[in-house]
Amino acid sequence: MSAPNKSYDPVEVEALKPEVVEQARDEAIAAFAAAADLDELKQAKVAHTGDRSPLSLANREIGALPPQAKAAAGKLIGQARGAVNQALAKRQVELEAERDARVLVEEAVDVTLPYGRVPRGARHPLTTLAERIEDTFVAMGYQVASGPEVEAEWLNFDALNLHADHPARSMQDTFFVEAPDGTADSGMVLRTQTSPVQIRAMLAGEPPLYAVSPGRVYRTDELDATHTPVFRQVEAIAVDEGITFGHLKGTIEVLVEKLIGGGLELRWRPSYFPFTEPSAEIDLQCFVCRGASVGNPDRPCRTCSSEGWIELGGCGVVNPRVLVAAGIDPGRYSGFAFGLGLERILMNRHNVADMRDMVEGDVRFTLPFGMEI
Amino acid sequence: MRVPLSWLREYVDLPAGETGRDVAARLVRAGLEVETVEQVGADIKGPLVVGEVLSIEELTGFKKPIRHCFVNVGTANGTGEPQEIVCGATNFQVGDKVVVILPGGVLPGPFPISARQTYGHTSAGMICSARELGMGDDHNGIIVLPPEYEAGTDALELLQLVDEVLDIAVTPDRGYCLSMRGVAREAAAAYGLPLADPALLDVPPANSYGYPVKVADPVGCDRFVARTVTGVDPGAKSPIWLQRRLQKAGIRPISLAVDITNYVMLEVGQPLHAYDRNRVDGPIQVRRAVGGEELTTLDGVRRELSAEDLLICDDSGPIGLAGVMGGATTEILDPVFDARTGLASGTTDIIIEAAHFEPVAIARAAKRHKLPSEASKRFERGVDPEAARAAAQRAVDLLVLIAGGTAEAGVTDIAAPHPVRTIPIDADLPDRVAGAEYGRETVTRRLQEVGCTVVGTDVLEVTPPSWRPDLTDPYDLAEEVIRLEGYDNVPARMPVTPPGRGLSEAQRFHRRVGVALAGAGYVEINAYPFVGEAAFDALGLDADDARRRTVKLVNPLNDAEPALRTTLLPGLLGALRRNVGRGNTDLALFETGTVFLPKAEPKVAPRLPVDRRPTEEQLAELNAALPDQPRRVAVALTGERLPSGWWGKGAPSGWADAVEAARVVAAAAGVELTVRQAQHAPWHPGRCAELLVGEEVVGHAGELHPRVVKALHLPERTSAMELDLDLLFEDGRRVSGPPVSAYPVATQDVALIVDAGVHAADVEAALREGAGELLESLRLFDVFTGEQAGAGKKSLAYTLRFRATDRTLTADEASAARASAVAVAGERTGAVLRGA
Repeated sequence: MSAPNKSYDPVEVEALKPEVVEQARDEAIAAFAAAADLDELKQAKVAHTGDRSPLSLANREIGALPPQAKAAAGKLIGQARGAVNQALAKRQVELEAERDARVLVEEAVDVTLPYGRVPRGARHPLTTLAERIEDTFVAMGYQVASGPEVEAEWLNFDALNLHADHPARSMQDTFFVEAPDGTADSGMVLRTQTSPVQIRAMLAGEPPLYAVSPGRVYRTDELDATHTPVFRQVEAIAVDEGITFGHLKGTIEVLVEKLIGGGLELRWRPSYFPFTEPSAEIDLQCFVCRGASVGNPDRPCRTCSSEGWIELGGCGVVNPRVLVAAGIDPGRYSGFAFGLGLERILMNRHNVADMRDMVEGDVRFTLPFGMEI
Repeated sequence: MRVPLSWLREYVDLPAGETGRDVAARLVRAGLEVETVEQVGADIKGPLVVGEVLSIEELTGFKKPIRHCFVNVGTANGTGEPQEIVCGATNFQVGDKVVVILPGGVLPGPFPISARQTYGHTSAGMICSARELGMGDDHNGIIVLPPEYEAGTDALELLQLVDEVLDIAVTPDRGYCLSMRGVAREAAAAYGLPLADPALLDVPPANSYGYPVKVADPVGCDRFVARTVTGVDPGAKSPIWLQRRLQKAGIRPISLAVDITNYVMLEVGQPLHAYDRNRVDGPIQVRRAVGGEELTTLDGVRRELSAEDLLICDDSGPIGLAGVMGGATTEILDPVFDARTGLASGTTDIIIEAAHFEPVAIARAAKRHKLPSEASKRFERGVDPEAARAAAQRAVDLLVLIAGGTAEAGVTDIAAPHPVRTIPIDADLPDRVAGAEYGRETVTRRLQEVGCTVVGTDVLEVTPPSWRPDLTDPYDLAEEVIRLEGYDNVPARMPVTPPGRGLSEAQRFHRRVGVALAGAGYVEINAYPFVGEAAFDALGLDADDARRRTVKLVNPLNDAEPALRTTLLPGLLGALRRNVGRGNTDLALFETGTVFLPKAEPKVAPRLPVDRRPTEEQLAELNAALPDQPRRVAVALTGERLPSGWWGKGAPSGWADAVEAARVVAAAAGVELTVRQAQHAPWHPGRCAELLVGEEVVGHAGELHPRVVKALHLPERTSAMELDLDLLFEDGRRVSGPPVSAYPVATQDVALIVDAGVHAADVEAALREGAGELLESLRLFDVFTGEQAGAGKKSLAYTLRFRATDRTLTADEASAARASAVAVAGERTGAVLRGA
């Protein structure tokens, strides 16, 4: 805009007549209303609000007016331009909305198209099952302990109160590691149980000790639907002052409730393990038939083989001799330990009929388990 | 141990309505592992009766001998008329007593019996064999009963065909339960009923005129009872009740003398041996074997004896492997019947041995000779030494009763002195172990039920019974009390644990690796760690490749795979191939697990003491003997990594995916991975990346060598990666938050021409160094070779993004940094700007 015009034109300006201004205003508003799309609106905008539009030209003439007339003219033009801009903005919003609606319709796709572009992976259910059990114990304050799979016989057997001629030692079909002289006297085996980790944990420090140890163990079974020579156990041990069989029961009840579900009966059968005394086998009431299949051939249960009970694992109060071998004073401390077979739990908890599926690595078996179990 | 319920009731007066299942449930809660309850004879339905053969007509003209018989079945058929039966067996004569099933009956199968026409005659029933009645696998034709039974008598009861049998898996500490006596004791305690102990017999005292026995090894043999019975009828057969009990217990009846020794063993748990006295040469001697001795055992096997073997000998040498199996030269002879007189000749004078041997010696011998017998199974687990005399007496009584023998008055009983074992136990120990309140009275009563003698108040002096060698310390006794009171009745409670520390950094890392790889599309597998030479050959490993040095197993499942893996690849690639074979073609698999690397100088892991904590030195020696067992991760890929689809073309998996998988793992570890071109089996020599952290090689990745792919029958271009997770893991790592600049970025592209052999990683490193600290990021966005790049050259195009933390960079500053980057790249790699 120009600087204040001192030598203004005394002649009345045509373009600033109210009727002319109002007509220009109305024409602009009509043109905007008539614009059918954003392009037409853009043209109308240039025509009615651009530098060469009547209102812009009129506005420019204000400077030429005598000072006493400027205010009125300014007000007149300002109001007209305000109305025009308002109409423009309104129409702009309307047409954009129309356009958006149309474009969005045009851009519609079939969202049911399959999209397998990024293949999914999965973790093995035995891994995630072990982690779930670990987490349950970690939440109770336990640490997760581990040990080697090729283990010293002393740790796998002797320290667990299984001396060389113990009958239980031949019960376990052990893989023996070859000694440098080619014999079986290397003093090493593929561990047959996760129990040596107990000993390692006890040797590592003074009680209180609360540890859980999942891991691979080995026995010389041929692979079939219910056996595998390489399988997994989870073992838990607690050594502290005043630990009792009752504490063992409470802890397993918590685990079972978390892992399988509540309201199931547990059966505690006296059993024998050299490393615990008293020892027990834990049976879980079949969570599928709840015992209804027992002696009832019309309602067989695959999960418990119509026995009504599912074997969970073995447990007991740590034999004081085991504490002694690990350097723990049995006069002051006592402990409990238990071990569970993960394959069995996976079979029961997830209806897996054949153990070979867990071993062969067929992706069709593993994929449905995803990242968590 | 198979326990017929009818037999068990002889010692415990169980409630009449109690079924096998009921008894099993009680025994299970007392700690006996009852595996099954077999319903014997449940599939047989009568009428099954004793029949007397009245006439036999041999039918001819058939492929096999057929007999048309009339059999007197008394009034069991309702008419009293002889029953007409056609029979295919020939081992009976007119006048014999046989077992007949009449029409309407059912034999196991099920095989319903009805009158029918066969071989031109009516057959209204069947004359039965032992096998048809489910009594055993006796193939000797039909059963001929002793003559005293009357025709028409119910044979279901006579043959004790219907019963329930509890099959009990006896744990090693419960040797006494390998007998009816032991199981009955548990049943009595479980029901709170008195026990009729079959070992409570009147036994004459030892004297000096029994069969002479010399025990040279009183440690190996601390008890030897010998009794003699003469004038036994060599042709006498075991009565039906005896045979039936043996059959139900799972032992085949053989001959009267052997059946009786087996029967007494089952009854009281004492293994016995019967010698033909006329075949024993001089006094019986018990000693260890001397070098070069041999023995032919009852099973006809000639065995070389070890100096550790405990033997029963006579003047001729070994006549038995003590506690395991007798020898052939002194065994009871099979009777030979004189065809004319019908009289039997054979063994008439019998020596019964009832001895007690040291468990470990017997266990070792049975293991050494691979000869686990009913006797060795019991001796290993501990036999009641005080039952020897009663067992011998029981056998003598039965021989006299059944075989018409005469018991000689001589009683040999050699016993090494046994100290009385007394165990002091705090009366409240069971309470403390269980976390329950039993009280002294209950503790005392339960220990007495087990057979212990108990005296004292606060501290009980407990003498365990002779049949419980497993009870050696107070905790053994506490277990007995808790078990009999019922584990189910111990109140459950939670221990109060100290504050937990959660997972360790390494454990969290291992989980992260699995999550990251699964998130990147890999599926986890768990392969067996067993490998053989063939696996290493297929991988194309050199003869001196370190991975061929393995930890070996003495007793592998498969002789072709005697070693433990030193790399995860064989198992992983095996799983890959198995998947491909099953039609899963696009695969990305991973495995994490340990490999087993033998020590440079393999050692033997020491057997440490168990009566105290080993010293740190001892433990260090033990751990030093173990192979290194680092944790690894490996991936294998084949087929499409990104599938084609309506969205466009996919991408085959390849070496770059394998390298990227390593970067995914490194990212989970939070470490920087350097990639270097390398040559390493089993990878393609031109497509193998060596993976480093700092200067340490942590693994390899790339496409597999075509020869390996071929040897393992894998799809072409299969790729793989293997990485050592232990080397990757760094404890206590912490990321420092980088400053995030709010100033604008200045982006500069640069296209460089280098020799085709120059590695992109080197160019990138040079660019980064030259660009200096203003460089925020650098990305290679194009690589090409060909005419435009020039012969033997390649073009690498990068986008460099510069940014300062404290100001907006000027165009000059950004250009200067770019020029510096190019200059260093030029210096280091010979790179020149394209078009320059």
